[in-house]
Amino acid sequence: MKRIEEKHPLAIRWFHWINFPVLAVMIWSGLLIYWANDIYHVRLETVSVHLFPSWFYHPGYHEATNKGHALWHLDYRLAEGMAWHFLFFWFFAINGILYVSFLALSGQWREIAPTRDSLRQAVQVVLHDLHLRKNAPSHAKYNGAQRLAYTSIVLMGAGSLVTGLAIYKPIQLSWITNLLGGYEMARFLHFWLTMGYVAFFVIHILQVIRAGWNNFRAMVTGYIIADKEAPLS
Amino acid sequence: MTANEEQPIKLTPPDDSDVEQQMRRMSRRSLVKGAVGIAFVLGARHWVDTRRTRQGIPWPLRRALQVNEEIWHDFASTGHLAPTFRSTQITRARTNGDVGLSDIQDLSTWTLKVSGLDTSTGDPDTRSFTLDDIKKLPAHTIITQFKCIEGWSYIMSWRGARLVDFMEKYSPALKTDDSGNPLPPVNGVPAYPNFVSMSTPDKQYFVGLDMQSARHPQTLLCYEMNGKPLTQEHGAPLRLIIPVKYGVKNIKRIGNIHYTNQRPADYWAEQGYDWYAEL
Repeated sequence: MKRIEEKHPLAIRWFHWINFPVLAVMIWSGLLIYWANDIYHVRLETVSVHLFPSWFYHPGYHEATNKGHALWHLDYRLAEGMAWHFLFFWFFAINGILYVSFLALSGQWREIAPTRDSLRQAVQVVLHDLHLRKNAPSHAKYNGAQRLAYTSIVLMGAGSLVTGLAIYKPIQLSWITNLLGGYEMARFLHFWLTMGYVAFFVIHILQVIRAGWNNFRAMVTGYIIADKEAPLS
Repeated sequence: MTANEEQPIKLTPPDDSDVEQQMRRMSRRSLVKGAVGIAFVLGARHWVDTRRTRQGIPWPLRRALQVNEEIWHDFASTGHLAPTFRSTQITRARTNGDVGLSDIQDLSTWTLKVSGLDTSTGDPDTRSFTLDDIKKLPAHTIITQFKCIEGWSYIMSWRGARLVDFMEKYSPALKTDDSGNPLPPVNGVPAYPNFVSMSTPDKQYFVGLDMQSARHPQTLLCYEMNGKPLTQEHGAPLRLIIPVKYGVKNIKRIGNIHYTNQRPADYWAEQGYDWYAEL
């Protein structure tokens, strides 16, 4: 027999869905800023990959021939990028601080904080997802892999704020910049944390698709349909 | 159970199809809310993008920059010193920006024109200075990280006179009360005008500075970079070094200085950047 069970409290759904467009604006405006000094490379042995190739900033447009229509333009928009970035970081910060406060006060943090078992369980989850293990480990609201991921993303958010402030006001807040190893290091960390979000996002979307409609619907409505006998998953 | 006794509300209806139906209702309601949310976000984005531009960006963004400026400017003080470095940490110099430097500056004819000076002592409002006048002031060397608004930075050594020393020797006109008498100093700070405007001799490049940053002890009228006189591309014979601000405020080849109570125009602030450009 089926029944309806609450999965995600209203507050968490709001924090989640507000964060989505806010973070999207932060990453997009961050790219407009990064374009002005896009120095980072990924080196694998002898191959060096530049982040990002010039077509990335205006796909469909050919610089050399000055032909074509770009799907989007991320170049020559530094001032615009900074203006959006420094407006939306307030929303990002406030939403994140409220989310963490809610987790702390409601006790919901217990669902997300990794336990002693999380790492072992996370390995099992990954093996299961890769079809290398038959059974998924049983778990409470979140499995070990989710606990690690959702805790990491909160810490990364805090890291983005701190490294961002270190770049934004490296003299007024020079103690933060110094703690992070200087201005250039803070910028480096800020960039790679963002790449981390992108990686998180890709895996998150794949997992949500895999988990199916009932699971996704829970983040929208708050409720899932559960089998009465089976434990809440 | 009597008839007037209320049935407890059941979240769990007995039948599977009822469950599905109830869930569908909830999903519909949520999806409508979600659609409204998405429309709101896209609408807001479109609204901002189609506003009148104020100095290169839509006015809501300009307004937001201004609020940020005011918030951070409250924290800024002459006590916040830019970190200094050892001479072994000096990196190469990069040249960037040549607005106002299109021709070669003839160093023998260069003068620094300063206006808005104190006339109460009988001195004129506008005076011209030579490089030797600047060099007569106490010289300071600092090694700081020059940060461009584009995101790069280089550590370099700068030598020059403090702008605050220059102002103490050749005082700007003090602010006055309603009857025209100069205002007294506050906490030892003279009642200088609120702003300093600087421009290249051809006035193609210009920056506006708040007095607090202009009086900062690391703000230099600089004539040497990395131990050598400034080259043309780095702003010979005299440039501003103001480590508490982005590179765009570090104007090269200063030709004019003007003290004013009106917030001066600023080349890059007119192109959509924040006026303070404070770090």
